[in-house]
Formats: sequence, C-alpha cells, structure tokens
Amino acid sequence: MTQGNLLRQILEYGNRPNPYPLYAELRKTPVLNEGDGAYVVSTYWEILSLLHDPRVSSDPHNLAVPGGPGFDPNDESSLPPSFIRLDPPEHDRLRRMTNTSFGPPHKARRIHEMRGELDEIVSGLIDGIGSTDRIDLVEQFSYPFPVTVICRLLGVPREDESRFHTWADTLAASLDPMPGEDPTERNKIAQKARTELGMYLAGLIEERRKNPQDDMLSELANLKGPDGSMTTMELLSTSALLLIAGHETTVNLITNGMLTLLRNPDVLQRLRDDPKLAVPIVEELLRFEPPVQLVPNRTTLADIEIGGVTIPKGASLWLVVAAGNRDPQRFKEPERFDPDREDIEHLGFGSGIHSCFGAPLARLEAQIALSELARRLVNPRLLEDPPEYRQNAVLRGPRHLPITCDEIRP
Amino acid sequence: MSVDGYLDRLKRDGRIVVVGASLAGLRGAETLRDGGFAGTLTMIGDEPYEPYDRPPLSKGVLLGKATADHTALPRRRALDAEWRLGVPASGLDMAAKRVRLADGDEVEYDRLLIATGVRARPWPHEREAALDGVFVLRTRDDATALQKRLADGPRRVFVIGAGFTGSEIASACREREIEVTVAERGAAPLVGALGGVVGEVAAQMQRENGVDLRTGVMVTGLEGDSAGRVRAAHLSDGSSVETDVVVVSLGATRNTEWLAGSGLGAGPRGIACDAGCRAFDIRGIVTDDIFVAGDVARSPHPLFNYQFLSLEHWGNAVTQAETAAHNMLCESVDRRPHMWIPAFWSSQFGVNIKSVGVPSMGTEIIVTQGSLSEHRFAAVYGFQDRVIGAVTFDDARWLPFYQQLIESTAPFPPQFPTVDRRPEGARPVSADFPDPSVPTHGPTVTLSGYSPADRRITFTPGRH
Repeated sequence: MTQGNLLRQILEYGNRPNPYPLYAELRKTPVLNEGDGAYVVSTYWEILSLLHDPRVSSDPHNLAVPGGPGFDPNDESSLPPSFIRLDPPEHDRLRRMTNTSFGPPHKARRIHEMRGELDEIVSGLIDGIGSTDRIDLVEQFSYPFPVTVICRLLGVPREDESRFHTWADTLAASLDPMPGEDPTERNKIAQKARTELGMYLAGLIEERRKNPQDDMLSELANLKGPDGSMTTMELLSTSALLLIAGHETTVNLITNGMLTLLRNPDVLQRLRDDPKLAVPIVEELLRFEPPVQLVPNRTTLADIEIGGVTIPKGASLWLVVAAGNRDPQRFKEPERFDPDREDIEHLGFGSGIHSCFGAPLARLEAQIALSELARRLVNPRLLEDPPEYRQNAVLRGPRHLPITCDEIRP
Repeated sequence: MSVDGYLDRLKRDGRIVVVGASLAGLRGAETLRDGGFAGTLTMIGDEPYEPYDRPPLSKGVLLGKATADHTALPRRRALDAEWRLGVPASGLDMAAKRVRLADGDEVEYDRLLIATGVRARPWPHEREAALDGVFVLRTRDDATALQKRLADGPRRVFVIGAGFTGSEIASACREREIEVTVAERGAAPLVGALGGVVGEVAAQMQRENGVDLRTGVMVTGLEGDSAGRVRAAHLSDGSSVETDVVVVSLGATRNTEWLAGSGLGAGPRGIACDAGCRAFDIRGIVTDDIFVAGDVARSPHPLFNYQFLSLEHWGNAVTQAETAAHNMLCESVDRRPHMWIPAFWSSQFGVNIKSVGVPSMGTEIIVTQGSLSEHRFAAVYGFQDRVIGAVTFDDARWLPFYQQLIESTAPFPPQFPTVDRRPEGARPVSADFPDPSVPTHGPTVTLSGYSPADRRITFTPGRH
C-alpha cells in the first residue's frame, strides 16, 4: 500500500463499514503528507496538541491555497461563516453569545430540564414503530429524534421540519471531502441550500423578534448582553449551524450506538438491567465510533513541527479524531468496546475552543435513546451486518439500520 | 527483589503512618493501598474532620452555594486505615521511628509520609487577631464561621492582602452585594504570583466590580469596640476604614514546627526532599523511610533550574502524594521523580484565571492572545530567553499549548503568529514583579536554593 493513496482509500465508499484497519495503517505515520497539500494527523497526542495550538486556524482564508470542502472565498452572496469556521476573537464572541441561551453558566439547567420532553419524544417514536418484522432504526427512530429535539429547542415549527431534511442532507454532503474532484458543482448546490435555509430562517427570526417565545431563536434574536447583539447575518449563520449540527451528528451517534450494542449483546443486556450504564456506554461510543470521524477544515498560521514533521504555514490539516481515539499509545486495547474503561478522554467531541457546542445535549439524547431501546425492544437482532452506510466519510454512519425484535414492551 | 525481602515484608505487614489528613495525605494513602500495601495504615490529622476539599471554601461556600461540611473529598477506594483525627502530631523520633501525638500517644512506623501542609498566617498582633469579627480562611471551620458572618449582612468587609484567597473573598463579597475594602501592600492584587502587568488587570477587575481597593498600603492596626468586636482598620497612609468583618489573607505558614529538633531538614520554607519525595535530614542526607508530599514539601525541579519549589497547588498535592506513595513501596531503581508542572486556577469576579509553569520566575511578559483590557487573554512569561510560565484569563483552552512551550524550554519571546494576536502583543515588556526582599502576601510558589547556570533540556513528562 503506498502512503499517497491511504487517505483516498479511507474516503472510498467501500471502506465505510470498517475504516479502522486503514486508520491503524495511517497511525504508522502520525503526520502524513498526502502530497497534495493536506497533512493528515492520526495519533492521539498529536491531534490533541494541534487542537490546542493557537497557530492552527479554522478560518479558510488562511489556507495557502484557498478552498476546502464547501468553501468559495469569492462568494459574497451566501451566509457569512458560522463560528465553527472563525478564529478568536470573532469565534469567541459568537460562541459566547450563543451559549447564553443554551448552556452553562448562563443556562445551567436548560439541557437538564429538557429531560422530560426528550423522554416523551423517545416514547412516542418507539410507540409508533408498529410492525417489528423489519424496523429501519434510522428512518423510524434515530433520525426523527434529534431532528425533533433541535427544531423544538430552536423554535422551528414542526410542520417545517421536513423541509430541513433536504437542506441538511445537501449541506452535510458538502462537508464530505473528495480530493481530486472538482468541487465547483457541489459547492454551487450547497450554497443554494444554505441561501434557501438562510431565507427561511430570516423569516422565522423576524417573526420571533416581534413575538418572542420560549426558544433559542427568540433569545438569540433579542439578545442584549456584555457582547452586544448579533447582527441578522450572524444570527442566520449561527442558527443554520446549530440546525445542521443537530441534524447530522446525534443520528449517527445513536445508530452507531445501537449497532455496536447489537454486536455486543452482553453490554446490551447490562444496559437493559441498569439504565445508568448508558452514561459510560455513550462515552465509550464517542471514543469507539465517533459520529465525526475527522476534522478537515484547519490550517496553519506558521510552520509547526510535530511528530517529527514540519507542517508548513498555510497547509490544510486533517485531524483524524476517529484514528486518535483508537491509538494504542493512548488507550489500552483500543479496538475493544469497553464501557468499563476508566480513562475515556476521547476526541469524539474534539477539544479546545471548537469542542462540540452541543455535547451536553448529544450526550443526554444518546443516553435516553439507547437505554429506552434496550429496555423496550425484546430480543433485538440485526438483519444486515454491516448495514448500508451513508456516503459521507466525515459524518460517518449507517443510512439504514434494519433490525427486528420479538415484541415491543410497553 | 531486595536483598533481604524487606519490601515484601513491608507490603505484607509493615506499618505506614501518614501525618496530615488532607488532600495529599488521602491520595497518598489511597495510592499505598493501590500499590498493594496490606499492612497497618495510620492517618493522623489535626482537624476533627475526614479529608475535605479546600478550593470551594473561598468560592462556593462563601457565596452560600455550598456548605463547608459538604466538601468532603471523594474517595477513590476503601482505605482500611486507623484514623487519629483531631490530634496533631507533636514530634518525631527518627531513630526510634516514632511519631509523637499532642495527646502524649506515640505511633511507630516503618515508613512515614509527611503531608502536614500549610496553615493561614494569622494577624501578627495577638490581641487584635482575637477581636470578634477577625477571620482567616484556610479550614472548614474558618469558612463556616466567615460564611455565617457574611450571611448576617455586614456593612463592610475588610480584606488584608490581595493574593488569590483575598481576591476570591473580595469577589464573593461583591457577588453577595456586600461592601468590601481590600488593602494590599504591593502595587496591585496578585502581584506576587503574576507580576505587575497582570496585577493591573486584576486591579481593574476589582474596581469595576465595586471593590474599594487600596494598594501600596499596610494595615497598621485593627481597632475593637468596648465589647471586643472589630470596628475599624487603620492604614499606613493615615486613613482608616470602618468595618465589622476583617479577613486576614496574608498567605500561609508551613506546618513544620512539630519537627523542630527531630533532625529532619524542616523549616519555615517547608521540608526539603529529593525529586523522589524522600526527605533530607539537617545534614543534607536523604532519608530512606521518610517521604513528603503536598504544600509542605520543597523539591528540586529540572525545568526550573533545579530550584527547590514548594507549591501550594491542588494538582501538585495529588501527584506528589501519588509519587511519594509509589516510591515508598518500591526498589530504588523503580522509583519515579515528581516532575509536575506547576499549575493552578482561581475564579474571581466572573473570570477564570489559570496558570502553568512558574510565572514568578519570569522577568518579562508578552500577551500572545487576546487583550489585557478585555480581561480575556493568554500571556507568556520569559526568563533568560526561554518560556518559563503562562497565564490565561478566561482563555484556558489554549493553556496546554503554553504548557508544552514550558516543557520544551521554548525560546522567549515566541516568534510565531497566533490566532487572536493583538498589537499589544507585538513585543515583551517587564513582567514587573515586586522586589522579593519586600514582604507581601507571597506567591503560591516559593523559590529558594540552588540555582545553576541556564540549562537547555528537553523535558518529557509521563503521559499516563
């Protein structure tokens, strides 16, 4: 196997069900120059170090060769970049303001208080499964659950939820790196989806400015804090980001989670007996099968020497967090799914200033979803293993997860 | 295997005594049990409480958000120890291997771990210190008493000393909307630990939050009323402040007096030990059965020019105790050095302050990210052209990077661009530490001892 095509192999659709042997191969060269300007980093300590390195930028304008997935620096017609693609101080300001209506310390209990509502949505979805001959867990459960949650949290009317499906799918697909392919056409489609989503949100925000409700859009639209208010464009980018992130990641966490549990029936049984085990199970899942497999949108502001390699200024950095999560230098028996692991400081939510904004919500959603599925599905089995995967190598997860069970407990 | 199987016997049925039942003592004892020590374990503590956590005492407890009796340290494992609480150790007989207790009892040991920590330095005038309303803040009882007094709604609290504890107390008072005056001998709060440049930021934070901050002044006396309650503090600039609560925050004194005359190398700066936590005797000879850990220990650190450092840091207490306990139970070739990078945090006026390395060794400072005026920044300290320390205000997620710079003795000033670099970070300025010969509340790191010429080393800390 030549080094040059390792990344391409990882991105190849055929390797989606099990990229982990390729990640192990990748880790042999902790910092790999793919030759086309991208530096692929795959070992735990190196990734962690770069995630905390102030010489690493998230702003695509700092790339020596501007571009990258879904980015066109000349396009002024679309929404401005959301805080995930910005550096401090703009990043910090926007993230801080967004946090005032989402998480601690400002809203210490916002997520905790959603618990009852999350339980209710999960119960409703499981009640509605119907025939147990062939359940598509993705379509019938793990997609609609987080989508309903993020729409309610933000304040998007239920009847509009389906419209996001298309926009979110398109935008998520645009994050999928396809080196060597001309991204022009894909970028065009993505920009169109972003613009449409933005226009829809603009209408909603306008409405919330007049009639504030108890939801995040209302709070963000009417925010007046030490950092001031968000401009309408900033507000649009931020809410679009939350909406997309809320769509595409937790789905995979829950689906990968159920897949892993069905492959480890002893753990599934333990979860059934003790729902509290959901907490360490979800942490181990974030290590073992992270919904975001790699972070492809960073660049260097200076030459950075790491892992015996000097990454030049302006290089494109690909941090393969899923490979770092199984680095034997960091974790004992990394290829084993072990919820009893004592030391699970994984990279599943990233680290540093861009560490996952929605982590507390994602954790709670996955904990509730998996413990309820374990409790209510009697004798669940996989109908296909491996299942059919989505195209996306970054946001990796099954497209469908056909399962069956004997009955559904009330 | 040792020649005579001593270690095996020690592990099986030896006697280990831990003096000091706080964070370091507890983590040390737990590590001994983890390491297979099955013999008799005695824990001696001067307070009547089982080990508790101190950081909440000056934060959550003073705010009334937590009570002092709910800060017990979580246990990592069952200890199966004999607890001798509420009785301080009063002496050590090294030859007979015995610890004397204040109640006259004696406890024999095969190996001894000393983790007696520090205590608050009291107000030096005894009569004034005894006035009702005069407090220090170190123990659970101190915190309970002060919290109760704050809940009574005093007209004004007067804090002597603007180190970390004093500043956190002032912050808690303001959050409770209590008027507070802070008197500091140095030019700014936190100046001993972080220097004048950062101290100026701390001063702004205090003033913006309504603290009546007086710097460059000493407190010359505390005045009581006829009932023995404190009513005013007098300052060296001739002014006086009416107050009904005074908190003395003048730093800490190491608990080593009980070792006087024992022959151990113990004094006001702590107990000197080698990098493996083995205590020195007064002749400079390392002992093999007495180990020290936590605030009371002074040990040499290669990254900081082999200065003997004593660190009043939470994380140091934990890791040093773990290292000491490990070394107590193994052959000399298996011993580990204690190579912790100093690190601490504080929380005041809504700002999270974190530091790594030894800023107080620094002579220069440069703001590499953010801005001093926004009270949100990362700054790096330089000493002899290398990075020696770093501090962040509300910017802690970058700190691991700066720790790496310290560990790799990176050149100062850093030459690379960073995200959020501002014009004020274009060049270093003097870090503006006070003359060390002028006493102040003191930094949380005490430097002393051997200082060889600048060394260039690559430091590789253990990662597990």
